[in-house]
Amino acid sequence: MAQLTFREAIARGIAQEMRRDESVVFLGEDVGAAGGVFKGTVGLLEEFGGVRVRDTPISEQAILGAAMGASMTGLRPIAEIMFADFFAVCWDIVVNEIAKSRYMTNGQMTFPLVIRSGNGGGLRFGAQHSQSVENWAMMIPGLKVVVPSNALDVIGLMAASIRDDDPVIFLEEKALYSSKMEVPDGEILDQLGLAKVLRQGGDATVVALGNMVPKALLAAEELALAGIDCTVVDVRSLVPLDTATILREVSATGRLFTIEENPRLCGWGAELSSIVSEEAFYDLDGPIVRITTPHIPLPAADALEDLAIPSVERIVTTVTKSMNA
Amino acid sequence: MTTTKTAPPAMDLEAKLDLYRCQVELRQFEERAYDLFLENYVKGTSHLGIGQEAIAAGFAAAMKPTDWTFATYRGHNHTLARGVPMTPVLAELMGRTNGLMAGKGGSMHLTSVEHGVMGSYAIIGAHLPIACGAAWSAQYRGTDQVAVCFFGDGSVNIGAFHEALNFAAIWKLPVVFVCENNLWMEYTRTSEVTAVENPAADRAAAYGLESIIVDGNDVDAVFEVAATAIARARAGEGPSMIEAKTYRHGGHSRADPGKYRPDEEVAEWKAKDPIPRYHARLLDLGVAEEVLVKIVTEVAAAVDVATDEAKAGAIPGEDLLMKDVWADGGSSWRN
Repeated sequence: MAQLTFREAIARGIAQEMRRDESVVFLGEDVGAAGGVFKGTVGLLEEFGGVRVRDTPISEQAILGAAMGASMTGLRPIAEIMFADFFAVCWDIVVNEIAKSRYMTNGQMTFPLVIRSGNGGGLRFGAQHSQSVENWAMMIPGLKVVVPSNALDVIGLMAASIRDDDPVIFLEEKALYSSKMEVPDGEILDQLGLAKVLRQGGDATVVALGNMVPKALLAAEELALAGIDCTVVDVRSLVPLDTATILREVSATGRLFTIEENPRLCGWGAELSSIVSEEAFYDLDGPIVRITTPHIPLPAADALEDLAIPSVERIVTTVTKSMNA
Repeated sequence: MTTTKTAPPAMDLEAKLDLYRCQVELRQFEERAYDLFLENYVKGTSHLGIGQEAIAAGFAAAMKPTDWTFATYRGHNHTLARGVPMTPVLAELMGRTNGLMAGKGGSMHLTSVEHGVMGSYAIIGAHLPIACGAAWSAQYRGTDQVAVCFFGDGSVNIGAFHEALNFAAIWKLPVVFVCENNLWMEYTRTSEVTAVENPAADRAAAYGLESIIVDGNDVDAVFEVAATAIARARAGEGPSMIEAKTYRHGGHSRADPGKYRPDEEVAEWKAKDPIPRYHARLLDLGVAEEVLVKIVTEVAAAVDVATDEAKAGAIPGEDLLMKDVWADGGSSWRN
């Protein structure tokens, strides 16, 4: 066991897979010599060398095009898009090329690649370096979407993503890079498409993703003191989506609250509430409530950003109000 | 910068006849595809390569079977030139299960991994970085494979083109970029919207590459530059950029009669049609007219057979609809 930060877990997960499989290569801006702008890839260049860990120019289309071309010809590339906002300059490669090509070619091609990216707000970086893009990725057929909420899951889900034969968008919540936890030694391998129940309660089910998970857990502790006992589910993987676990946990309490950092429209919680409405409607005892960032670009000022992103306080207030209505 | 100056292998007459046959096949295939549009067998859109056959034929002849082709939505020529049979290509255009991708890709996305045709891409410029990735993979795995990436003159002003060239140059990738400059970027004359005279070749220097321009309607000339550039890539000497001057006889796509082009220009380029030119050259080399006529007749018969076989293909159904989004063969996104 060792105390590991979320950012150290990134490097450990990648290193674990690079050691076991020569076909795993890694490219991105500042990922090698600099160890990543978030220091998430420190030590990889030193251990695996410049042939497998490659710094690139600031050319997001080239980075992802290269990852795609390499993956269709036998490699398992990991590509970094430094900030998830930058997906906007290479979204064509992701959406039109990587996501569609297996289907269009009637299964002739396979794209075992991982695109890692720093996602979400909380660091006061302003609207072009803070947004959450999980909803962009989730709506594209052909992309798997993974958003871990802690260091242990980072390692296990990174390993599962690298070993997966489909393209995986692996979103790393920037606000969590410094978070720490005890992580066992040895190989860690998790599974995509598996939500985790982190806390069991009888009154309401709170479903959260990424950086919203620790906030949901803190909110659940406060709510318990006020007599509202919450189940907390960490979605972890938007595609594939573990609807079985979520439907089971919602049916058990009769209430669903989603905690989403993405802006309001078309967030993952909207899809989830549609699924629950269609398939567990008669188990519901009250409305489904989505707690999200408002439908605005994220502001830079700490006071404003804190108002925008769902806080522990907002979760507590919203859940309490709805449960007592 | 070093350049390989070794002379490309001299072609024997047999190989030249193969080049002739290949061009004739591409031409007749496209003409049939056009007719099948008019008969409503081919739906949607299609971008014919009539007039540009010499480039596809010349490059394919210079490639090893293990090399990779990356093509655009005007990709019928390049797919067939790599040895993909006509029937599955025609059936793909017609949306049948015996199509190259069982009807799921269509005219603009012809792919045959088995033949090294690693996709036809319909977003301008997108496949240049992808070809770099394949080349990187060959370099990393130590194979001697080369990626050959074809694109039109319309691709040279999009960002991906420039990102890919820089990337290929700095990593010294075994990739050959081939601009088929047919002078028209869809409905607009390329020179009117491009800052340099030779849209691809004039940009090569900016990435440390040699500027190579070739008569794209002369299959022998194309073969020569192709063989040199591919050998250079294979030897680890890095990427090349070749601009092949050519002309499409028809419009941009099915919907376009190409009326914006001056008649004299079209006439001038039709006079430079690569197939009659090569026909004349082969006669000069002593090939009997009847040998060439026989090739044309044989190809015509093969196109007829392919047409019948394609038309006989089944219409795809729901089983194909939900197949192969994922590597497990399915399309499920939830449990």
